[in-house]
Amino acid sequence: MKLKVAFSSFIPLIAAAGLLWYNANKPLVANMVNPDADNAGLKLPAGFGALRAAENVGKARHLAVTAGGDIYVKLNRPKEGKGIVYLQDANDDGKMDDTKMFGNYGGTGMYIKNGYLYASSDTEVFRYKLNENGQVTNPEAPEKIVTGLIERRQHESKSIVVDNNDNLYVNIGAYSNSCQEKDRTPGSMGRKGCPILDSAGGIWQFKASKANQTYKDGVRYATGLRNVVGLDWNQQNNQLFVMQHGRDQLHDLFPALYTVQQSAIYPAECMYALKKGDNAGWPYIYFNQDLNKKIVAPEYGGDGKKEGSKEYINPAAAYPGHMAPNGLLFYTGNMFPEKYKNGAFIAFHGSWNRAPEPQAGFFVVFQPFKDGKPSGKYEVFADGFSGSPEKTASGRADHKPCGLAQGPDGSLYVSDDVKGTIYRIVYNK
Amino acid sequence: MAQKSPAKKAGTAKPKATGAAPIAEDGKTVYAQNCLSCHQADGGGVPNMNPPLIKTDYVLGDKDRLIKIVLNGFNERVEIEGEMYNNVMPALNHLTDKQIAAVLTYVRNNFGNKASAVTPVEVKKARGK
Repeated sequence: MKLKVAFSSFIPLIAAAGLLWYNANKPLVANMVNPDADNAGLKLPAGFGALRAAENVGKARHLAVTAGGDIYVKLNRPKEGKGIVYLQDANDDGKMDDTKMFGNYGGTGMYIKNGYLYASSDTEVFRYKLNENGQVTNPEAPEKIVTGLIERRQHESKSIVVDNNDNLYVNIGAYSNSCQEKDRTPGSMGRKGCPILDSAGGIWQFKASKANQTYKDGVRYATGLRNVVGLDWNQQNNQLFVMQHGRDQLHDLFPALYTVQQSAIYPAECMYALKKGDNAGWPYIYFNQDLNKKIVAPEYGGDGKKEGSKEYINPAAAYPGHMAPNGLLFYTGNMFPEKYKNGAFIAFHGSWNRAPEPQAGFFVVFQPFKDGKPSGKYEVFADGFSGSPEKTASGRADHKPCGLAQGPDGSLYVSDDVKGTIYRIVYNK
Repeated sequence: MAQKSPAKKAGTAKPKATGAAPIAEDGKTVYAQNCLSCHQADGGGVPNMNPPLIKTDYVLGDKDRLIKIVLNGFNERVEIEGEMYNNVMPALNHLTDKQIAAVLTYVRNNFGNKASAVTPVEVKKARGK
């Protein structure tokens, strides 16, 4: 009798445990990690908190989180000879307490899809097979997926994302500011039929599971994109979205046409929703976010007002100049309030090309979306990375947000490529 | 802090406005007009892009090499104190000998630097080579 009671009272427990297991990706108050007392130094909307999941990992560019909550971080430059950091949290307190490193190359791209970890150097893309625990099985012998991509120092990072049809998208940044005859030289005019666009200044599409592809195996999916670092696949639209870094130095190069103040805020940093064959217009045009128009670049005969050709696509959204959008993430988690679902987080690394005007950025913004399109103005979501308003203005930021990733519980992870802090932002109410 | 460039009235000024203002020959103004937007107000440069001008051998060392960087530009990856710098510096050979001497003397004696002045004669000599 006694035993029977005990057994029958056990059944709901098993059912409850099963339910917990089933709902493992839903927020569970009991499993929530505790934010740091200072919210990791970040200013966040009410109800959000943040913790430093890891610190001093190196120049942390993009990152990816496994289904089990482990983190892979790509380092811009190898640290102790290794360019990928694998972080594990043994006791589930949110603080990563085991660090392993592998991969002998620096780079930016880091993405998990279909049981593989994809990583990029500045010239190649690799992938590593993950086991059922999300651990890399072949750290010293990855498959080389793409090789031989152009790297001429400027805009050298190769950001990557994989869609749902085994396609890999790789940004190949233009090795130039505005395709001038003499790069970054005052008054130098643009090269006719900018030849850089043949092999850079766009997004290339490759197969995600075919080894040793080169340019001839890929497709120039979209062109006229000066440099993209933040990009993500929008699952609602089944479409690639990218963040372009707009051109620099309007005043330095054409002082008669642009004031120092105009040069600090123009052109816009643009979000583009891409379709195959799109041309965003670099270097021939740029986007002025206040006129809400494509404007002919001064290197190609523009005067700051002349409108650019309609053949170039319009941005889906535009943001103030030079803030360097290095991370883009569509939020699909269940932890954050409903308004964040399917909206975009953008990590603005922060400007340098606003000097002598105050620098700007160094924050993560939220761009609301409705029906797969930006809807309404962006809002600053996470600020305080720089350390102080003075450090923001001077550009001497303590931390610069770079990569974004979503954890299995819906936490938002942000990497910092100055000091190598990995932030984890949670919602607690 | 920074001086405004003489030709800055966007929308009203014509392209290639020349002779609008006297050529600045003091180092601080030449720096503000030609160097600051990349090397920054504090001379600290931009990580991964534009090299710092603070206590580096490039600034404090061989004057001839420093002058030639201004005259010819600098277009190679360089490592300074463990950081890599990638951006392109254009040739600034449109500046006069006096301007280059002034700005380099300014750079060599600001941002925590202390080094001998650069003279217009030294610039002229480097330009002639």
